[in-house]
Amino acid sequence: MDTPITLITGTRKGIGRYLAEHYVRCGHRVVGCSRGDVDWSLDGYQHYVADVSDEQAARRIFTDVRKKYGRLDHLINNAGIGSMNHSLLTPLSTVNAVLNTNVVGTFLFCREAAKLMKTNAYGRIVNLTTVAVPLKLEGEAIYVASKAAVLSLTGVLARELAPFGITVNAVGPVAIETDLIRSVPKEKIDRLVSRQAIPRLGTAADVANVIDFYLLRTSGFITGQCLFLGGV
Amino acid sequence: MKPELVSLILNAVQELGEHNGVPLPTALDGDTPLFGRDGLLDSLGLVTLVVAVEQAIEDELGVSVSLADERALSQRASPYRTVGALADYAGSLIRAAA
Repeated sequence: MDTPITLITGTRKGIGRYLAEHYVRCGHRVVGCSRGDVDWSLDGYQHYVADVSDEQAARRIFTDVRKKYGRLDHLINNAGIGSMNHSLLTPLSTVNAVLNTNVVGTFLFCREAAKLMKTNAYGRIVNLTTVAVPLKLEGEAIYVASKAAVLSLTGVLARELAPFGITVNAVGPVAIETDLIRSVPKEKIDRLVSRQAIPRLGTAADVANVIDFYLLRTSGFITGQCLFLGGV
Repeated sequence: MKPELVSLILNAVQELGEHNGVPLPTALDGDTPLFGRDGLLDSLGLVTLVVAVEQAIEDELGVSVSLADERALSQRASPYRTVGALADYAGSLIRAAA
């Protein structure tokens, strides 16, 4: 089988970086992007500096992937930003920034990836959402709304892209020790963890485990699904 | 530029006909209806054609444009209604990108 080509957004740090390293270890050719350059490098990994909500920047990445590899097997929409704040204290600029990265960015990358995947009649798309959606977590209104949109997008795209051999699924992690939750008070994290069936913080490996499953060739009959971690 | 784009789109239509079993009339030109009333393509065929034309424009003209348009379902204004209309639309985007 040819080397799998895997595109991951938001790879500079956190879960994205872990996933990039994980899939390089699994023998994939990994293409990643983030708004800033990465301070690490890896054989088998190529980085692009791009804002995922910038249509031209996104298209440039896909043009390069098409010219270099002629196909794309996997897309993992990991790039995301949060806003931990009461809705009454959330400025419009934050609302726009969160929606642009989490919703617009995910949509754009799904759309461009599907164009490339359909030429090969094969593709796996995995979007990252969060347990904060089913838990309706207070203090994160716009972040939760954006990730609920990602969930809806996953369900609709699963149907629209099924005729092209492309599956679209989502994974909803619990809180993971990353920059995204560093500013959240410990009591709030403890409260969130206590609402899980398995009350512990998640790890990037927990997320990769779910994505591994979605990316399997034998997972071709699984689409439009979301797997929440921790028993939420 | 329009004749070049019409020919590029007609090639994509021919390929779609060959690979996806879309029945095509013997004569194809700028007036050939693509989508909507009397159009050759269903919605999946249109999606496939649009992606093929975007890639051909990128490969042959070196310009990256997105032919997505929210007027797709409009009978009067859809840029996908005929080969010529799609060529006009692609041409306007290419000029805007230059």
